[in-house]
Formats: sequence, C-alpha cells, structure tokens
Amino acid sequence: MRRTATLWGATLSVTVAMTGAALFAQAPARFGFGRPATPQEIAAIDSDVMPDGRGLPPGRGTSAEGAVIYAAKCAQCHGKTGTEGPNDILVGREPRTGFVFAQNPELPHTIGNYWPYATTVFDYVRRAMPPTAPGSLTNDEVYALTAFLLHANELIAANAVMDQSTLAQVVMPARQYFVPESRPAPPKPRP
Amino acid sequence: MKVTRRDLLAGAAGAVVLGKTTRAQTRTPVDPTKVRGAPTSAMGQRAPTATPQRLVRGNISSTPHQDLMGIITPSDLHFERHHAGVPEIDPANYSLLIHGMVDRPMVFSLSDLKRFPSVSRIHFLECSGNLGRVAGPETTPGLLAGLTSTSEWTGVKLATLLKEVGVQPKATWLLAEGSDAAVLTRSVPMAKALDDALIAYGQNGEAIRPEQGYPARLFLPGWEGNASVKWLRRIEVSDAPFMTREETSKYTEPFANGTARMFSFQMDARSLITYPAFPNTLAPGWVEIKGIAWTGAGKIRRVEVSTNGGATWAAAELQEPVLSMAHTRFRHLWNWTGGEAVIMSRAVDETGYVQPTRAELLKLRGPGTAIYHMNPITGWVVQATGKVIYKQEPWG
Ligand code: HEC
Repeated sequence: MRRTATLWGATLSVTVAMTGAALFAQAPARFGFGRPATPQEIAAIDSDVMPDGRGLPPGRGTSAEGAVIYAAKCAQCHGKTGTEGPNDILVGREPRTGFVFAQNPELPHTIGNYWPYATTVFDYVRRAMPPTAPGSLTNDEVYALTAFLLHANELIAANAVMDQSTLAQVVMPARQYFVPESRPAPPKPRP
Repeated sequence: MKVTRRDLLAGAAGAVVLGKTTRAQTRTPVDPTKVRGAPTSAMGQRAPTATPQRLVRGNISSTPHQDLMGIITPSDLHFERHHAGVPEIDPANYSLLIHGMVDRPMVFSLSDLKRFPSVSRIHFLECSGNLGRVAGPETTPGLLAGLTSTSEWTGVKLATLLKEVGVQPKATWLLAEGSDAAVLTRSVPMAKALDDALIAYGQNGEAIRPEQGYPARLFLPGWEGNASVKWLRRIEVSDAPFMTREETSKYTEPFANGTARMFSFQMDARSLITYPAFPNTLAPGWVEIKGIAWTGAGKIRRVEVSTNGGATWAAAELQEPVLSMAHTRFRHLWNWTGGEAVIMSRAVDETGYVQPTRAELLKLRGPGTAIYHMNPITGWVVQATGKVIYKQEPWG
C-alpha cells in the first residue's frame, strides 16, 4: 500500500513538472464556443424600444384606430375606458399636481399619472399583451393602441399620429419625479 | 409476534374512519422490523409523512420557511413569481443571443454555455416585494416572507461571455430578456454584469428547475429577484437603461418627498424567526428560537434576538458556514416560563447596517409607498396559553 502511494506520488510530481504550464494555464482571450449571430436572427427577436425611440419599428396608428382594437382585445380585462379593471388600471391623470403616491395608497398607478416614458407602452404591449395571445399584434395595431392609451390619458391630441418619430417626443408628466437609485451605502439607514 | 395483514392495515382502517386516506397511513406497517422494506429506486421521494408545500397565491408561490432547516431551500420549494406562467422549453432548441454594442454578436446553445468554465455559488434570491403588508395574526413565516430562498447556483460567469463577444467601451447597461410569454425584460448595469453575475443552468446539483428558469437564467447575487431574468434568451448591450415596464411602472418606490426611485437593486439585511411562529403552540420550558438572516451587502455579521418586545436584545448563535449573500441560520436558547412574550429578531450585516423597524422605514417612505424593499424587523407574540401568532403592526 505504502509503496503504491509513493509510486503514485512520484508519478504525479513528474506529470506536474511536465504539464505544469497546461494545468495552470491562464484563461484564453476567447474560448471560441458559440457561433456568430446573423443579422436576420437578431432582427427576428430584437423588439425592444428605448426611451429615445431607438428600436421603434416602421408603422403608424391613431387613437381612433386604437379604440376599435382596444374594445375588441383589451377592454374585457382593463375596462371599457381603461379605468374599470378588473386588471391593471391604465387610464387616469389624478392627482393633476404633485406626485403623492407615497401619501395616498388608494391612488392607482396609471400610464397617465405614473409612467415616466411613452415608449414603454409600445414596448410592453407589443411583447406581452393581450396575455391570451402575446406577440400577436401588428406594429400598426400597437401604434394605434399606444395612441389610444396616450390620448385617453390626455397626453396627446385626438388626431395625433403615433409612429417612429412622434412617439418618443411625447412628454410624460411623471418623468420629472423619477430618480435613479439614491440610497446611501450601508451601514447608513436605507429607506 | 406474528404480523398479520390486519396489523399492517390497521393504519388504513383508522384513516378511513377519519375520512383521510393518505398513502402514508395506508402503507405504514405497525412494526417496520417485521416486514421487508421498499426496494431501491431510481429517484428518491420525501417521506410520505413529511411533505412541506409551497403556499400558492395566484402567480406567486412562497417557500414554507416554517417547515425547513439549514440554509439550502429544497429546489421544489424555492419560491416562484412569474408573469405569464412557466414556459416549457426544449433544451435542444434553447439559445442565448448576445448582441448590441459588442464586437461579435454571438449565439450560445445550452451545451456551449456548459463548455465555458463554470462556477457554483450559494446565494439567496429574494423578490423585492417580500412582506405581507397587511398580515393577520394567523400569518406563517412563509406567508410573511416566503419570497426568499437559497440555492447553490451553477453556471458561467456573465463576464466570461461578455469577454467572448467583446463589449465595446461605451457600453454601460444591458437588457436581459426572458422567453416566457411575458418576454420579461430588465436593464442591468454593466458593472454588475462584469462583477458577479451568472448565467445559471444548475440548482442544488442538478438542472435548474423550470420554475426557476430552465434551462438557463440570469442570476444577480444579492439583487431584487425580478432583475434575475429567467428563461434567458437574449442580452442586448447598450449605453443606457431601456426603461422597461418592470423597472418603471413596477419595481419603483414612491417616497414621501414626492419622488419615485428606480433601479434600487440591492436587497438589504433582514431576518425572520421561523420557529416559534404561527401556527406553533409552546409548552413552558426551553425553546430554541430559530430563523434565517440574509443581506445583499455580503455576510451577516450578527443577529440579535429579543424575547421582551424589543426592550433588550441578545446575540444569537450563527450556524456556520456564514456565506456571502446567502441565508444564514441563527439560533437562540430561551427558557419560556409562561406568560405573554413578544419575540423579535434583527440582523446586522458586514457593513454594520442594522435591520430597521417598520416605523423607521415608513417615516421615510410614506404609508402609500410600494411594498418593494421593505425589510422591517418582524415578531411573534407567544400568548399565555402558548399559542404563537404574528405580531401585527399598523402600516401607516
Ligand atoms: C386576459 C386579460 C387581459 C387582456 C385581454 C389584456 N390585458 Fe393588459 N394586462 C393584464 C394583466 C393581468 C396585466 C398585469 C400583468 C403583470 O403584472 O405581469 C396587464 C398589464 C397591462 C399593462 C401594464 C399596466 C401597468 O400599469 O403596468 C398594459 C399597458 C396593458 N396590460 C395593456 C393591454 C392592452 C393594450 C391590451 C389589448 C391589446 C391588453 N392589455 C389586454 C390582463 C389583460
């Protein structure tokens, strides 16, 4: 037993001496695993929209067009006018001044009073709504629904056309109240 | 003693009388030394008489902390929160695309991900909305704070993949996107991605569970659970946050000063007594108060326990190993001599941060504030009868 162990130890030290460089190699700059992505496959799933409008697709829609789609595909869950529920309340501008959500737990958070960016409406509706058929809406339909929801929240005119250039221009009242992470580093109290 | 079939089935008869026919009762022999046991099996099962369950409420299920020991949450009891159900994904068709501000946009299959150097780390994952805000006296630890669980996560460091694709110097954020029916998206700062973020495909020694993101998910140690996007299919590298619905309409905290905070990622120190708690009943005598503590800031340094409603505090014993950003078990021996008592715990993390009271938090946050990132000290009332109930506190 002992001899075997010694022998094994000797063999091991020789092996280490010979291949030490390989055993303790630095990670390479690149492993070369995976394959290059083609522009087509990126385009096929790259659907996100940024606040400055980057990522918005071609297409257009108005509130009047959106109202028809909303009644058919959204109203059953969000209410006839977007205020009735049963699911998330989408429409409402109260309170018209200030940002008193911390003081008033009853205040619903809506697109009109709480959402800081209009582009988020387009991005979210296109990816997730309606939950019964997510990803089924055309870009024109999503522009139209976004126009409908923004107009219902008194954020754009009735005849405004939402498209690649206009949507990112819409000013959201809540925008000014949003601040990035501001907690002091621990151990300070961090509300 | 001769074991008859009647003896073997005695349990069954009793069960029928009670109207409960569980597998355990129908098959348990009266004397297990007199019957040959079950054969070996390809997959073990829990003892039929010890089967804790997650508490399911809509699209949330919580970890039953009152039923658990140690620091690892059994994978099938890890909490769930999803926005459009648990997707069924064929691992052979799975791929992760990384593109945007990178030199080489790439696609990685699951087997590609597994070829890269791997790491395993034990970390908690906590939903940032992990407090029963208006909890009644009959609240269990799992109902109060069951949206935190600890697993050993195995995967490839996101930094390794970002090196592979060549992140461009101007990149500061990335978008992580899931392949569930919500196609959930969150923005993640590049600094975290390059620090300790993982693309995890393993959980507690086996493939990650479907509810936790099979076949692969983003995992951001110590950060709010929603940002650790499950069923990860795409990462887009960029120079600004994307302002997705989950980081604007949701997961933001309104403040009493008329602002709302975005991107508050780190979970702060918290502790939870898991025994005694509702629905336990105590008998006078020695009680081992047990619980878990955790912090996104690193390690738990100390947990203090009070058995007199916060008048005095004593240091609890911490069970080794105390791991960074993982549940840490604490224990405190207490001789309950009868009479009503309020037991509480408070965590102190390695920075010296002390878990706050609810009143301290609400003063700064305002009563209408969101439930996100609320980590107050909580407690249990041991009534004179020995019955233990949740110590209710007003919200505002
Ligand atoms: C079957 C019910 C249902 C239908 C139909 C439906 N929604 Fe929704 N919607 C929901 C639910 C549930 C949520 C919340 C999802 C979550 O939190 O993950 C939601 C969330 C939203 C939100 C985000 C709300 C917020 O405050 O964060 C918007 C915007 C929205 N839906 C728009 C639409 C539009 C537009 C349609 C029609 C195309 C639609 N929904 C159809 C159920 C529905």
